[in-house]
Amino acid sequence: MHIKYESQLREPLVYGEKNFHQVTEDILRPIEVKPSRLWYIGFFIAVTLLLFGVYSLYREVTYGIGQWNLNKTIGWGWDITNFVWWVGIGHAGTLISAVLLLFRQGWRTGVNRAAEAMTIFAVMCAGQFPIFHMGRVWLAFFIMPYPNSRGPLWVNFNSPLLWDVFAISTYFTVSLLFWYSGLLPDLATVRDRAFTKLRKKLYGIAAFGWTGSTKHWQRHESLSLVLAGLSTPLVLSVHTIVSFDFATSVIPGWHTTIFPPYFVAGAIFSGFAMVQSLLIVVRKVFGLTDYITIGHIDLMNKVIVLTGSIVGIAYLTELFMGWYSQNKYEGYTFWYSRAYLFSPYGWSYWGMMACNVLSPQIFWSRKMRRNVFVTFFMSIIVNIGMWFERFVIIVTSLYRDYLPSSWSVYYSPSIWEIGFYLGTFGLFFTCFFLFAKYFPVIAVAEIKYVLKRSGESYKPEFEKLEAQPLDKFIHDNTHAH
Amino acid sequence: MAQKKFVVGCFDEEKVLFPAVKQVRAAGYKIKDVYTPFAVHGLDHALGMRETSLHTAGFIYGITGTATAISAISWIFTKDWPLNIGGKPHFALPAWVPIIFELTVLFAAVGMVMTFCYLCQLAPGVKKHHFHKRATDDLFVMVIECTDKTNTDDLKALLSSNGAIETDVQVAEDGWWFGTYDKEDNLYNEKQLA
Repeated sequence: MHIKYESQLREPLVYGEKNFHQVTEDILRPIEVKPSRLWYIGFFIAVTLLLFGVYSLYREVTYGIGQWNLNKTIGWGWDITNFVWWVGIGHAGTLISAVLLLFRQGWRTGVNRAAEAMTIFAVMCAGQFPIFHMGRVWLAFFIMPYPNSRGPLWVNFNSPLLWDVFAISTYFTVSLLFWYSGLLPDLATVRDRAFTKLRKKLYGIAAFGWTGSTKHWQRHESLSLVLAGLSTPLVLSVHTIVSFDFATSVIPGWHTTIFPPYFVAGAIFSGFAMVQSLLIVVRKVFGLTDYITIGHIDLMNKVIVLTGSIVGIAYLTELFMGWYSQNKYEGYTFWYSRAYLFSPYGWSYWGMMACNVLSPQIFWSRKMRRNVFVTFFMSIIVNIGMWFERFVIIVTSLYRDYLPSSWSVYYSPSIWEIGFYLGTFGLFFTCFFLFAKYFPVIAVAEIKYVLKRSGESYKPEFEKLEAQPLDKFIHDNTHAH
Repeated sequence: MAQKKFVVGCFDEEKVLFPAVKQVRAAGYKIKDVYTPFAVHGLDHALGMRETSLHTAGFIYGITGTATAISAISWIFTKDWPLNIGGKPHFALPAWVPIIFELTVLFAAVGMVMTFCYLCQLAPGVKKHHFHKRATDDLFVMVIECTDKTNTDDLKALLSSNGAIETDVQVAEDGWWFGTYDKEDNLYNEKQLA
């Protein structure tokens, strides 16, 4: 049975005196007015970055991987670091929309739409890195298993790199379907409010002819629930499989069984941080502070402090196992290459520790969790820290391998490596700016569902309902006879 | 296609809608549908609708994905092109679990969404009759199909007395959809309706 109202003790999910129409007005206003100057400036910067990324890739494709400063020992550098970083960020959206749906967390309604969009864009960015790392990118379709005239030469189904292909492409497809099926009712709302013929036509196409029929809603609910049920193990599997790329190898520093849970926790950690960075800006610029409330920020910060601490425990466990295994190579990687501050890359390890483990502890304080500026600052810090984590895992494990004669010179990226990374920022923000301009950034229909159950102005009425027996309520309201 | 006449009643409160649904059904009218701006839980039961079996379809798509993955990979690696990978068995089921799982999810999700769109007759460019513009904004729009015997004025009065803020009579025709030409969807549980 679904909730009839929410406890008085909980914070309202929607502030202010609202009715259904007001919700529609508030959330759709940003896409029905001309964008502000700020939007144009932001969009221009994003497109510029994107173009720089395209040029960097043009160099990479034309002249080869030599445009990057990778060397014999460090075969995975910034490129795979950035891949794992973006994939990690792409975990929050589906976690919010799927896992929190299954756990019946009402607060997901305010943030899920934007978080899912962010997920899709982040996975799009992530996918670029391994594809272009192949070098001959025009042969990228070789990674798909299909009958061919080369044998047929099949892909290796036992390889974690191929698992990754399946995991990421499935994750992208399912997230996209989940996101878009949730968008249909809201796009129909935009269509029915359209004030120009063109808008009516375009949103009409986008809304697939949604009418809001009870039967359609019933199927829609069933679809969302099953997609959530499928996405929950999926979201956990994706970063697990990304971690297998490392964990199934025999490189000291990668060959550890702790990787799957540790990567998943890290992914949720960085994903929520990115959601915070984006939504704190969106709620302010679009005037949606009644819907994405301080309560939402507080709750997401709780997730951040939890997952940040899980990641911290994983770091310490790794150090412990580096010593406890009494394996010389493990010990060298963990205690010299990483934990020793004055080793060549020791700075990155301690940067990671400071950003990911120490600084989020500030969120044990309720006052800090509810401070928008602290949260925004911390969300950036967390994402820097999580980038360092991937850099530490990849580079410090690789730069000194079993053969000292091939120990690499100090690795620092070339401008085209950096350009590729900046280009994905451009892609991400270009997509996000377009999303914020043309799509409702909050799930309108879902907010309407929670409005009268958890809205600030409706909460006082619940005292009467609380006095009424639940069975009677159900009988009165839902039975046909 | 056949044109049909409908009586439309608009409500602005869930609290008013549920008793109204009961009254209209008790008076013997057949409610075609209620168009709502969000998912109103329990309304499908109140209308006497059948449960959807979309999740069963999802399960079938899922096991299809599982079977596809297992059969394809095992055929490729044991029959078509057995690769010697460090002398390990050709039939390496544990190593295939990730891909088997991913394909299960992929098939289930894609299949369900396509089935959903097919059943609800949703596709880019589909045009449908909208009984009220505000049905996607803030109104709950009850639509009752008229028969030869229906007195529209009585029905409108009944709706108004049950709290409808607007009533209306509209003529609409069904659009074309794959294989459903002039065929009614059987959405209701006949036992519950009786």
